[in-house]
Amino acid sequence: MDTNRRNFLKVAGLSTLAGLGGTAVVDRLVTGAGMAQASTEAGHGAEHAAPAKAGANRYGMVIDIKKFYQDPSLGEKAIHACHQVHNVPNFPDKRDEIKWIWMTKFENAFPEKPNLYRDEATATNTLPILCNHCDNPPCVRACPTKATFRYEDGIIGMDYHRCIGCRFCMAACPYGSRSFNWRDPRPFIAHVNQDYPSRTRGVVEKCNFCVELVQAGKLPACVEAVSDSKALVFGNLNDPNSEIRKILKEAHTIQRNPSLGTLPSVFYIV
Amino acid sequence: MYDSGKIIPGLIIFVLFITIPIWYNRGGAGTEPPKPVLPKDAKTCVLPAAEIRAEHMKLLNVWRDEVLRDGQRAAVTVDGKEYPKSLMLNCMKCHTSKKQFCDTCHTYASVRPYCWDCHLAPVE
Repeated sequence: MDTNRRNFLKVAGLSTLAGLGGTAVVDRLVTGAGMAQASTEAGHGAEHAAPAKAGANRYGMVIDIKKFYQDPSLGEKAIHACHQVHNVPNFPDKRDEIKWIWMTKFENAFPEKPNLYRDEATATNTLPILCNHCDNPPCVRACPTKATFRYEDGIIGMDYHRCIGCRFCMAACPYGSRSFNWRDPRPFIAHVNQDYPSRTRGVVEKCNFCVELVQAGKLPACVEAVSDSKALVFGNLNDPNSEIRKILKEAHTIQRNPSLGTLPSVFYIV
Repeated sequence: MYDSGKIIPGLIIFVLFITIPIWYNRGGAGTEPPKPVLPKDAKTCVLPAAEIRAEHMKLLNVWRDEVLRDGQRAAVTVDGKEYPKSLMLNCMKCHTSKKQFCDTCHTYASVRPYCWDCHLAPVE
């Protein structure tokens, strides 16, 4: 090619500008400005895309804190029912502890509501907390195998067949709802429920909103155990006429760590 | 051949050694086909006998994915009978002994399915 350096530089410079600017222009023209944004988010969106589906259930729970303060046995009943039905082991060493639902103080459940001068009931009594079955679950996003996943009805399920025990979900969950099986749990199950499996060493487990009962039309074990007092109310948040929506309309409720944007499905009546 | 006095016996010993799996257990209990104890009260299964023998591994995996991941817990209907899609709540209700049914073939084939790590076998 018979050209001099000056001409070469002119051509090179113009081609670079055309290349950089041209692709952006072509993208805009072909897909439209909004769509280009959406395609990058589709990967993240898939995990928490369920609100988009109209008519789908979204199960949630309302916990009446005052009822648990007034009657501590309710908490024990709920925990016992849950752990009994699901063969949750009871280890003597607190470090191995596995819990699907447990009692804790207000200041531990709601760290975003610090208060120097708490009333006596709140300072001394405990309330139950469990997996929040978030609408935007960080654990589902963190799981490398999708062993924890979101059902279309809002329940965050655990697939123990796929769990590799990496505990990324435990790191991702801001609520501490998940427990790891450090040892074989079978010798530590008090009363074995022969109709439900146990877990094995090396998997992470958590509350599953009794998905096997709920998808068959029944209530979760903990809700059933305290059904007389209505301290726990379970229902479909997407059904405007459900009992749970009525309660949410009437009572002032708070959620755990709302600023994290996990959109939990569990509400607490203070 | 040089050193044939050493090589030929060496070769024979080597061939005998390498074919140990073929002749070592000849005529023993391992050559008889396994005899699983069939349930007395039920005559039919979810699939015909030959099919279930070959396909139960895949069937259980398909049921697992359908029930657990897709939430499709509807029972399977075969010849008018309803069978829930569950190992513990369905299969083990008829085949009430893991040792006399499942283990007979699995030990013969030297297969160790990990189902039983979590799924509880019926109390024996």
